[in-house]
Amino acid sequence: MTYGFKAASSAPVGIVETDSLTGTSLPWKVIVWNDPVNLMSYVTFVLQKLFGYSKERAEKLMLDVHHKGKAVVSHGPREKAEMDVFRLHEHGLWATMEHDN
Amino acid sequence: MGDNGARQLIPRFSSRTFKWDAKTATYRIALDDGLRNVLGELMSQLLALLDDPGAPVMHRLFPPAYSQQTDLERQEEYRRLMQDDLVERHRDECRTVIASLAGKSLDEGQMLAWVKAVNSMRLVLGTYLDVQEDDPPRKPETPEESAYLWLSFLLEESVEALSHK
Repeated sequence: MTYGFKAASSAPVGIVETDSLTGTSLPWKVIVWNDPVNLMSYVTFVLQKLFGYSKERAEKLMLDVHHKGKAVVSHGPREKAEMDVFRLHEHGLWATMEHDN
Repeated sequence: MGDNGARQLIPRFSSRTFKWDAKTATYRIALDDGLRNVLGELMSQLLALLDDPGAPVMHRLFPPAYSQQTDLERQEEYRRLMQDDLVERHRDECRTVIASLAGKSLDEGQMLAWVKAVNSMRLVLGTYLDVQEDDPPRKPETPEESAYLWLSFLLEESVEALSHK
């Protein structure tokens, strides 16, 4: 199993990504939603593993999911957002993507 | 999230189920044969359920990728292109657990497969049991509730081992 998108998803903030079809910057956001089954430790672990986030950042995102119902975990062009959603689904997290207006 | 039941009832178990061994770069498993058989049985059930990924009980393993109804066409395209791959990955993880079940230790890849497969079965059981966010912790009364609670414990132990190796 490979995670070829890991490098791209953990790109430092400030690098502007461009959608090859629309030419707009960062047009999609990936959201993880709260659910009554997933464990807090597991969600933190998955966010660290998939996006290369620090434990502190992953925990903050997990707590946002838990308390606010959702958190944006990544941005990017449609292809990258779809791959992020796929990897999150592969790990059993409830993730969707939508236009980042 | 689903920590209520798990955290309240888990302290009854105190053993470290998975222990990182730096010498061999593997995780040693401390599970008796009875529990290994239970896990194998649960994995076989998950494999059988994966034959019908559209079944309502499988919904949490295959949620829609797009938030908005307006992206219905893209959603259908995503499902058409990705669902078989997702099903196959879940199957591979179940097979990895079954194949490594009798051994004394797991390598990193096997450990990750265990984590994902255990969580997948929790999601299926949680859907079947209609687990809710504010369910109070209580003693399991059915085989499904027992399995759900035990898998929660096993998942906590796996994540702990992976985080503190």
